[in-house]
Amino acid sequence: MAAFLAGIHYNAWILPVLLLIPTIGAVLVWAHGAVAGQGEAASMTARRLTLATFVLEFVLSIGLWWSLDQQSADWQAVFDAPWIEAWGTRFALGVDGLSVMMVLLTTFLMPLAILGGWTSVKAKVHAYHALMLLLTTGMLGVFVAKDLFLFYVMWEVMLIPMYFIIGIWGGERRIYASLKFFIYTMAASLLMLVAIVYLGIMAGEPLGRPTFDYDAILALNLPPAATFWLFGAFFLAFAVKVPMFPFHTWLPDAHVEAPTAGSVILAGILLKLGTYGFLRIALPFFPGVAMYPAVRTAIIALAVIGVVYGSLVALVQPDIKKLVAYSSVAHLGFVMLGIFALTVESVQGALMVMIGHGLSTGALFLLVGIIYERTHTRLIDAYGGIAKVVPLFATILTVVALSSIGLPGTNGFVAEFLVMIGSFRTYPMMTFVSATGVILAAAYMLWALQRMIYNKLDKPQNAALRDLNWRELGLLVPILAGILWMGVYPQPVLNRMEASARKLVTDVTRNAERQQASMMMGGR
Amino acid sequence: MLLQEAAGAAHPLSGTLAEWIWLVPALPFLGFVVNGLLSLVPATHLGPADPSAAGHEHGQAGHEDRGAHDDHHHVTRHRNAGIVSLVGPAVLGLAFALTAAIFIGMLGAHAEAPFVRTLFPWIVTGDLTLNAALQVDQLSIVMTMVVTGVGFLIHVFSVGYMQDDPGYPRYFAYLNLFVFFMLVLVLGASYPVMFVGWEGVGLCSYLLIGFWFTDKANADAGKKAFVMNRIGDFGFLVAMFLLFANLGTLDFAAVSGRAAELGEGGAVITAIGLFFFLGCAGKSAQIPLYTWLPDAMAGPTPVSALIHAATMVTAGVYLVARSAAIFSLTPVASLTVALVGAITALFAATIGLKQWDIKKVLAYSTVSQLGYMFIGVGVGAYSAGVFHLVTHAFFKALLFLGSGSVIFAMHRAFHHTGSHADAQDMRNMGGLRRFMPWTFGLMWIATLAIAGIPPLSGFFSKDEILASVFARTSHSTLAEASWAGIPGSALLMLIYVLGLAAALLTAVYMTRMMLYTFHGPNRSGDAERSHLAEAPWIMTIPLAVLGVLSATGGLINLPAFLGAPAQKLHHWLEPVTGAASMHITHGEEAHLALGTEMALIALAVAIAVAGMAYAYARLKPAALVPKDQSPAAHGIERVLEHKYYVDEIYDRTIVRPVVALSRRVLWRGMDTGLIDGLFVNGSAYFMRSLGWMGARLQSGQVGTYAWVLVIGVLAVLGAFSLS
Repeated sequence: MAAFLAGIHYNAWILPVLLLIPTIGAVLVWAHGAVAGQGEAASMTARRLTLATFVLEFVLSIGLWWSLDQQSADWQAVFDAPWIEAWGTRFALGVDGLSVMMVLLTTFLMPLAILGGWTSVKAKVHAYHALMLLLTTGMLGVFVAKDLFLFYVMWEVMLIPMYFIIGIWGGERRIYASLKFFIYTMAASLLMLVAIVYLGIMAGEPLGRPTFDYDAILALNLPPAATFWLFGAFFLAFAVKVPMFPFHTWLPDAHVEAPTAGSVILAGILLKLGTYGFLRIALPFFPGVAMYPAVRTAIIALAVIGVVYGSLVALVQPDIKKLVAYSSVAHLGFVMLGIFALTVESVQGALMVMIGHGLSTGALFLLVGIIYERTHTRLIDAYGGIAKVVPLFATILTVVALSSIGLPGTNGFVAEFLVMIGSFRTYPMMTFVSATGVILAAAYMLWALQRMIYNKLDKPQNAALRDLNWRELGLLVPILAGILWMGVYPQPVLNRMEASARKLVTDVTRNAERQQASMMMGGR
Repeated sequence: MLLQEAAGAAHPLSGTLAEWIWLVPALPFLGFVVNGLLSLVPATHLGPADPSAAGHEHGQAGHEDRGAHDDHHHVTRHRNAGIVSLVGPAVLGLAFALTAAIFIGMLGAHAEAPFVRTLFPWIVTGDLTLNAALQVDQLSIVMTMVVTGVGFLIHVFSVGYMQDDPGYPRYFAYLNLFVFFMLVLVLGASYPVMFVGWEGVGLCSYLLIGFWFTDKANADAGKKAFVMNRIGDFGFLVAMFLLFANLGTLDFAAVSGRAAELGEGGAVITAIGLFFFLGCAGKSAQIPLYTWLPDAMAGPTPVSALIHAATMVTAGVYLVARSAAIFSLTPVASLTVALVGAITALFAATIGLKQWDIKKVLAYSTVSQLGYMFIGVGVGAYSAGVFHLVTHAFFKALLFLGSGSVIFAMHRAFHHTGSHADAQDMRNMGGLRRFMPWTFGLMWIATLAIAGIPPLSGFFSKDEILASVFARTSHSTLAEASWAGIPGSALLMLIYVLGLAAALLTAVYMTRMMLYTFHGPNRSGDAERSHLAEAPWIMTIPLAVLGVLSATGGLINLPAFLGAPAQKLHHWLEPVTGAASMHITHGEEAHLALGTEMALIALAVAIAVAGMAYAYARLKPAALVPKDQSPAAHGIERVLEHKYYVDEIYDRTIVRPVVALSRRVLWRGMDTGLIDGLFVNGSAYFMRSLGWMGARLQSGQVGTYAWVLVIGVLAVLGAFSLS
C-alpha cells in the first residue's frame, strides 16, 4: 500500500485536495440549488451529491494511514504555496502524529453525520449541505494548517457555517443558542488573532516582512513578559472551544438546539479543535508559561473540576442531549488533564480520548437523533422500557453508552486509562480526584439508560416505535466497529501518534526549563 | 521483561497444550457470538404492543418475575432454543475439557514460574508495555477449572430452568459472555488484562441482574450492582496507577518479583494493598460495598449460582491471592482485609437469620462466606482462602441451583392456579421434601457442608482458615504489627472469635432455611399442592454432581495431621503463593501442636452442631403461616429483616445529597445561575446598555462589534503590510 501511494505521489497532493473537494462540493450543491430549486427531487440530489463528496473525501484520506512515516515526528505530506505575499502568509499544509488521526476522524464522521440527517433535514436542503461541506474545509484546514494565519482563517471559516446550521436548522431556542455559540467563540478568538499577528511580526523581523510559518514562530525567542499575554490569548480561544470549566456554558445550549448532524460535528470534531490548539500551539510555543507551576496547576485543576462537575451536572439533566453535552465537558476535562500532565502516556491518552469521544459521543447524538425523529422529545422521562419494542436500538445504545463510560474492551477505557496512568506520575492527587469521574460516569449514564430503554414500557405512544432501519444501522455499525477496534487493538493508532507525542513531551519539557530560566533572569 | 522471556523459552509448558490456553476463553466467546446473533432474530410474536401486556405485576417488588409469565396462557419458547441449548453448554464443556487436559499436563511438569502466552501488543506507549497475554500457573488453572467446570453444570441446569423464556438466546449469550470475561479475569497475565475481565464480568452481572428489565426493581438492582462495583473499580485503578508510578510495570510476574522494592510496610505498598482491597470489597461484596449483592438476586437463579456465588464474587479473593507478594509485605493492609472479612462474615450472617426470601438467605450467606475467604487470604493463608473458594463454589452453587429447583416448582404450581403468591418466600413453602426428594437430600448435603460438619468439604476449608488465623496469633509479621494502635496478635484473636461466631450463625440460619423450606406442613395452598413436583432431570443431574463435589471436595486439601496425601492444594499453590505465605510466618510453615489443632477442630464442630441443634429446637415450621397472613416483625427482628436499614442510610446520606447538590447548587446555582446568568448574559446586557448609551452610533448587537473588531484588526494588518 505504501509503495502504491508513493508511486502516485500521494503525499504531495493529498492535503490541498482534501481541502478542495468539500469546497468544490459546496459550490456544486449551492449552484444546483440555485438552478434546480427546492423541490423534493432536487433536495434528494443535494443529499446524494454531498454524501458522494464525503465518501470520496474519506476514501482519499485513508491513504494517510499508510503514507505517513510512523517513526517521524516532523511535518509530513507538506504542501506549501504562496498566498498573500505582502502579508507573508502562505498556504502551507502538513500533518504529523498529532493531527493525522483528527483528519481521519473528521473524514470518517462527516458522511455518517450526513446520513444521520438524511430524513430529518427538510428545509433549505441545499444550503444545509453546502454549509456542511464548507464546514469540513474549515475543520480540516485547522488540523492541517502549517501557517498560523491560515490556521486563524480556517478557525473562523468553520465558525460561520456552524452558526447558520444551529441558527436555521436548530430547535426551538436556536437563535439564542447560535448567537451564544457565535459570540462566545468569536470574542474568545479575537485575542488569538492579535496574538497571531504579533507572532507573525516578531518572527518576520529578520526577514523584513511578517511570516506565519509554524516552524519559524516555534524557533522564536520571545521576550518572557510577552509570553504570558500571548499564552493567555491562545488559552482563552482554545479553552472556550474545548470547552473548559467555567467557559462551557455555550455547549449545552448549542448541543441541544443544533440539528443531529450539528451536534455530532460539534461534539465529535469541533471541541477537539480546542484541545488540538493546546497541543499544536499553546504548549510548544509558550512552554515556559504553560509549564509554569502555578499556571499548570491551575489549568489541571480546572480540567479535574470539569471532570467531576460535568459528571455531577450530567447526573441531573432531564434532557438527554444536555446530559451528553455535560458528559462532553467531563471527557474533555480528561483530555486537558492528559495534555498538561505532559507524559507520553497521558498525551497519548488525551489523543485517544479525542478520537474515542468523537466516536462514542458522535454515536450517542446520532442515536438520540434517531429516536427524536420518531418521538419528537428529548426528555429522558418521556421514554422507558423501549428496549422491548426497539431491541436493536437499545443494544447499540447500550454498547455506545458503555464505551462512553470507559468499559474495558471499548475505546473509552484505553483512552481514560492512559490519561490517568500517565497523569498520575506528575499529578497524583489531581488524577486521584479525576478517577472518581469513573464512578460518576457509570451513575449518570446507566441511570439515563435505565430510564430510557429499561423499566416498564408505560407510555402508550412508545409502544409502536419503529426499530432501526437499514440506513440507520448502516451508519451506526462503522462507529461500533471503531469503538471495539480501538478498545481491543489500539496499538496501530498509538504507533502513529507515538513519535509526535514523544517529541511534544521532550520539547516542551526542555524548552520550559530554558524559558523559565530566562524569565527568572529577565524578571529579576 | 528479559528475565520473563528467558524463563518462557525454557518453560516446561512451552510447546505443550498450554500454548492453546487462549482457546479456553475463546470458546465461550464463540458461544456469545452465536447466541447473540440468534437472539437478534425475533423470538415469536411477543403479543400485542400494548404496554399493559408487556410487564406482568407479580409478587413483591424485587422478586424474580420470570419472563415466561408475561402471558399466563401460553409459553413462548424461542424458535432457536434447540441450537442455543446445544451451543451454550457445549462451549463450556469443551473449555473445561481443554483446561483439564492442560492441568493434567501441568501435574508432571513442575513449573516453578508462570507460563505466559502473549497474543498481541495491547497498549504499548511511552514507558507502558501492556500485552494481551494469558498466564497459566497453579493458581490460574485452579480458578479456570472451577469457572469452566461449575460453569458447565450451571449452563446445563439453565437449559431446563430458562427453557420457556422468550429471551432464551439472549440469556445464553450473556452467560457465555460472562464466562469469557471471567476467564480473562483469572487468566490475564497483568493487572490491566485482569481488569478487562473484572469490569467485563461486572457488565454481564449488570445485564443478567436486569435480565427481566421491564420490572423497575430488577433494572434498579442491575444499576446498583454496576455503580457499587465501579466504586471498587476506582480503587483497583488507583492501585494500578500507584504500582505503575512506583515500579513501572503492571505484569504479575514482574510485580511479584519486585514488590520488595516498594519497601516493606511502607506507605506506598500499604496504599496499594488498601486500594486493591477497595476493589475487592466492591466485586466480592464486603463492607461497606456489599449491599448490591442481595439485590442482585433479582436475576435468574442460575445466574445467582454462577455469578453471585461461585465465580464472579470470588474474584476479590483471587485478586488478593494473586497479589500475595504485595499483601505479605504490608501487615496493615493484610490485617484490614482479614478484619473487614471477619466483620462482614458475622454481620451478614446476622441478617441471614431473619430473611424470608430463600434467595436472600443464600445471598447473605454468600456475603458471609466471602468474608471467610478474606479472613484466609488476609492472614496470609492464601491457599486456605482459595480452598474455601473452591469448596464454596461447589456447595453454594448447589444451594442456589437447589433453590432454583424449588422456585421453579413453586412457580409452576402457582402458575397452574393463577396464584400471585410469592414463589420465593419460605413462608409459602414448607414440607417440600415430600414433593422434591432429590433436591431435598442434595441441599441438605450442601447445608451440612457450609455449616462445617465433618467430613464434608466445607468443614475442611473452614477449619483450615480458622486454624490459620489461630496459628498466626504468634510468630508472624501480622501478630507483631500494630493496626490503628491495636496489637496484631490481639486483632487476630478477635478475628478468630468473629469467625467462630459467624460459624455458629451460619449453622443456625442454614438449618432455619432447610426447616422452613422442606420440613413441616406445606403452606403453598391446597390447589397448588397437587402441582408441586421435582424439576426435570436436566436440572437435577447438575445438582447431583455438585452434591458429590460438596461432599468430597475436602479431599483436595486434607489437613496435615491426617498424614500422606494431605494439603495437596496447599502444595500445589506453593510456586505462586508459598513464598508470600512463608514471609508472613517468618520462613516456616505455620504450625499448630496436634493437641491444639484437635481442640480447635472439636470447638468448631461443637459450635456448628450447637447452632443446628438450637435452630432445630427453637424453630417450629408448623407455627408458620403464609406470607400474606404473617404479622409484621418487631424490635431487633424488624431491624434484621430490614437489613439494619443500610440501604436507607446510604440513600439518605450519599445518593440524595449528591443528586440535590448537583441539581440545586451546581446546575441551577453555578451553571445556569452564576456563570450563564451573571457573567455571560449579564455581560450581554451590559453591552446592550452600552449600546443604548451610545445612542445610535452603534447597533448594540454584540455580533456587530465582533465583526467590526475583525475588520479593524485586518485593516491594521493590511496597513502594516503595505508600509
